[in-house]
Amino acid sequence: MNKTMKKMMVAAVSMAMLAGCSNSNSGTNGGGTVTTDGSTSMEKVIGALGEAYQQETGVGFTYNPTGSGSGIKAVQEGRCDIGLSSRALKDEEKESGLTETVLAYDGIAIIVNPNNTVEDLSLEMITKIYTGEVKNWSELGGKDGEIVLIGREAGSGTRDGFEAITDTEEKCQYRQELTSTGDVITTVSQNENAIGYASVSAVKDTVKAVTVDGVSPTEDTIKDGSYVVQRPFVLVTKADKELSDAASKFFDYITSADACDIITAAGVVPAYKEGK
Amino acid sequence: MKKNQLLEKVIHGVFLILGLITVGCVLLITVYLVVSGLPAIQKIGIGDFLFGTKWASTASDPKYGILPFILTSIYGTAGAIVIGVPIGFLTAVYLSKLASPKVKSAMQTVVSLLAGIPSVVYGLVGMLVLIPGIQAIFGVPDGASLLAAIIVLAIMILPSIIKMSITALDAVPKEYEDASLALGATPIETYFKVSVPAAKSGIAASVVLGVGRAIGEAMAVMMVAGNVPNMPNSLFQSVRFLTTAVSSEMSYSSGLQQQALFSIALVLFFFIMLINATLNFFLKREKE
Repeated sequence: MNKTMKKMMVAAVSMAMLAGCSNSNSGTNGGGTVTTDGSTSMEKVIGALGEAYQQETGVGFTYNPTGSGSGIKAVQEGRCDIGLSSRALKDEEKESGLTETVLAYDGIAIIVNPNNTVEDLSLEMITKIYTGEVKNWSELGGKDGEIVLIGREAGSGTRDGFEAITDTEEKCQYRQELTSTGDVITTVSQNENAIGYASVSAVKDTVKAVTVDGVSPTEDTIKDGSYVVQRPFVLVTKADKELSDAASKFFDYITSADACDIITAAGVVPAYKEGK
Repeated sequence: MKKNQLLEKVIHGVFLILGLITVGCVLLITVYLVVSGLPAIQKIGIGDFLFGTKWASTASDPKYGILPFILTSIYGTAGAIVIGVPIGFLTAVYLSKLASPKVKSAMQTVVSLLAGIPSVVYGLVGMLVLIPGIQAIFGVPDGASLLAAIIVLAIMILPSIIKMSITALDAVPKEYEDASLALGATPIETYFKVSVPAAKSGIAASVVLGVGRAIGEAMAVMMVAGNVPNMPNSLFQSVRFLTTAVSSEMSYSSGLQQQALFSIALVLFFFIMLINATLNFFLKREKE
């Protein structure tokens, strides 16, 4: 009896595994599904769009969070329909036959405590603050107090974006590395000498977003590029190869005005607000 | 008769399977941790991994040294024990020997409540009260530090220490105490020279249990310790524990970084096994 039970269990398990395999096979073939691959920072926005699209049309959607570089490579090698990159394409990437379509802009606000008298920082100054060159608020015209640097954990999309824009990769002298936007905002609101960064959409009244080079972070300034602490979320496709039917419909859907609300809800500024 | 026997056997089998589920989970987790934790240790090299002082997992030239995490976990736990054990132990002596039954039952309820508070709440209160407090009292620029973590952990281990010590002290035969009192010792002398030594295995076990709870805590610590992978050279430094090293980077990690996180979990698992073995040792001695 024991033996037969064992056999049955083995059979059941292997059947389940087989079923799993065949499922994932049809997924990567991309018959009726859209496959995307790339930036981990875009997880929230592309996930929301994919889910909404799947609900509306019933077409399958997959997203592989591998990072911008891997996503671009995946499109080049034809391993996915749409690549996702949280930086603009480099010239040589464009020359190799890739097109970029900006889906949205991710603005990163530089936040300080509301009691802090500093209102404006230049990008250069932000770099100096985060690399530890400028250590006291009095050097910036504020009250005397050691600057407390609040950041995100290694691997966070906001941290990647912030460090890439301010050119502080691997040089930040953080005092605290927190694991969520909410924690960063709470901590900055608690400490008069703290400075942190967070997605613009998440900033609340408990903290103050400083202007960068005189420009305050709003939807308009992010979109027209005058607010510099921002990066594009780019859809990467092959110029010489047409998208599959499902993929091109998905592409049209997410760049349409209908998708704006979903993109805004995901915390970024849509690039196609007034229709194309 | 035969039918009954069959039923007995079936029920016996059902219970056996239910028991095996637990054993199976432990085995599965152990095997999984070892299998997924070893490759990174091999790639990084056990010396560089355990004794490296720099952790920069996403740098272009990544460094995977976890000595800062190991030391932080040891210091943090030791600090929590130094603060928590005297408070917990003396509370237990008071509740078990001195307090009136009414006070005892009321305070025991409160202690149980303390045990039931979710760790995220400890973290939140720590973040909103303790961190600004440390900042103001010690005049440091930021209160998120090893000290904040130690204080939160000390409070979190109190219930386990108090409850287990009370059980041990209550179990001391009354005749021992009566004999001591009859020989002319005062009650306090009796409690500390007779009752406590008689219950020492149980009290030691309570301390080990506290160590286990402190070293395994992640959520509350993550919210108050600052999480920067510094070597713990000062009480006011932002530090990262073994537990928080795993949880803070897991969500976005990939490749060797992720494997290294599993390796950290393996090291933590090893520490906790060690603590459990110690606990079993004390509990066994108490039984004998």
